[in-house]
Amino acid sequence: MLEARQLSIRFGGLRAVQDVSLTVPQGKIAALIGPNGAGKSTLFGLVSGFLKPDEGSVALLGRNITGLAPHAICRLGMARTFQIVQPFAEQSVRENIAVGAHLREPDRGRALARAEQVAQQVGLGAQLDRLASSLTISGRKRLELARALATQPRLLLLDEVLAGLNPQEVAEMIPVIRGLRDAGVTVFMIEHVMQAVMHLAEYVWVIAQGELIAQGLPEQVTSDARVIEAYLGHGTAQRLALEQRSTAHA
Amino acid sequence: MERAHEARGRVAGMRQLALIAAFAVAVALLPLFVSSGFLLNLVIMTLYAALLGQAWNILGGFGGQFSFGHAVFFGTGAYAMAVLQTKFGLNAWLALPAALALGAAVGVLVGALSFRYGLKGSYFALVTLAFAEVFRILANNFQFTGAGVGIQIPLRDSAAEMQFASKAGFLYAMLALVTASLLVAWWLKRSRYGAWLQAVRDNEDSAAALGVNVFRVKLGAIAISGALMAAGGAFYLQYFRYIDPHIAYGPAISVEALLAAIVGGMGTVFGPLLGAAVLHVLGEATRGMLEHVPGVNLIVYGVLLVVIIMFLPRGIMGLFGKRA
Repeated sequence: MLEARQLSIRFGGLRAVQDVSLTVPQGKIAALIGPNGAGKSTLFGLVSGFLKPDEGSVALLGRNITGLAPHAICRLGMARTFQIVQPFAEQSVRENIAVGAHLREPDRGRALARAEQVAQQVGLGAQLDRLASSLTISGRKRLELARALATQPRLLLLDEVLAGLNPQEVAEMIPVIRGLRDAGVTVFMIEHVMQAVMHLAEYVWVIAQGELIAQGLPEQVTSDARVIEAYLGHGTAQRLALEQRSTAHA
Repeated sequence: MERAHEARGRVAGMRQLALIAAFAVAVALLPLFVSSGFLLNLVIMTLYAALLGQAWNILGGFGGQFSFGHAVFFGTGAYAMAVLQTKFGLNAWLALPAALALGAAVGVLVGALSFRYGLKGSYFALVTLAFAEVFRILANNFQFTGAGVGIQIPLRDSAAEMQFASKAGFLYAMLALVTASLLVAWWLKRSRYGAWLQAVRDNEDSAAALGVNVFRVKLGAIAISGALMAAGGAFYLQYFRYIDPHIAYGPAISVEALLAAIVGGMGTVFGPLLGAAVLHVLGEATRGMLEHVPGVNLIVYGVLLVVIIMFLPRGIMGLFGKRA
């Protein structure tokens, strides 16, 4: 579905993403995890056209999209959300989502009707006429998702849509995301909420300091020593292993 | 529920359309009851300010690109009319579409150069101001545009030459232009292009992520805005029959355009019209009451602008609730 090849970008002296290659399989929920500042959102920026890679290429459905503008990439079937939600604050929820729907629907009335359908799909049906600026953080995350979804993407990039939500809101969001996958949309997500990722994702990459350090099924990745080190600090993996052994002995 | 909303939307749209029609009819009937040249002139100048305000509103209010140099389009429209009539002997009615097209073309030029490099906010405002100044200096130096002396068009007093013998004729011409500008704003409120333009205003990155070609949408807005502003310039020339670089490209016109839109309410259909009416009636009233204080109407404008920006950021239309 999405293929990144040897992507690299630097910001001054900082190598934000280095030589990252990955292939998001069609019809699955895949996730990219990593500690703060690892380069996750930068990688999203690179594949969605907001940043131009210094090296490497990106292909969507077998087509080279490296260097295309974000709007052109969206038109080809890849939509993204932003980690820091960016609603059209002074417009209603309905109008916000309709902007996405307009990508494939020139008629105003039909775009607004489509917005209503999508809003219900993500649980915003009751807030259609509220201003986007009046939504809670959970509402805004849903709105991000709804707008992207309204463009009828084949591939959806979700940048931390679960971050900042309380456990109940996370629990409500999980079936929504699964529902998208079941409807045929490939999902590629960045996530901080580990537990949720382990529930949702069918394949996981781990990035740290701009480089991929592990990949595989969620349970494989979480037991990888390098992943534990990246998250919890140097030496932690060894200590945990020792502790486990001693509890096993006891 | 969906159908109910759609119907509601359509009713709101029709109501605005009816309001535009009612306004056009009411103003059109005015000359039948009012014969005072002073009053008719006040109405004409108010309509004229409303047109300039709406032109600015398309780009600034709907598109969020605050221009401080809309005179560049106004002057281009006025000079195009003047040069085509005096140097090429073209009929005014034929020159008008050319003037509008040139206004749009200058819009595309200014837009392409500034949006291409991502100029926003005060940087965009400054670059538009600079463009207007450049055009003023050019007009001041070319013999083609009459240089510093300007151009006077001969008095013909015939509707066939877009010079009307009576004030009513000018009022009808101005009314047609204002009505057309209101219809453009009305269309922006209920079309895909309008939705895209307002999305770009509220958040460019989000708009781009949703497939909106931000550059092209902005370019469209500045072209429409430029054409409407050029229409204002064309009217000015036909009404006063004289143009010089300072009138055409000076900052006063740029300020007049943004003032009506900001006072009335940016991004609304009726805001610029309302703003123009309030400003002109207030200006005339203070001028009448304080005859011995020259420029007092400008002081009133300034105070009003400060008060509006501080207490009514959505303009007078903000008093009526939701953006309409």
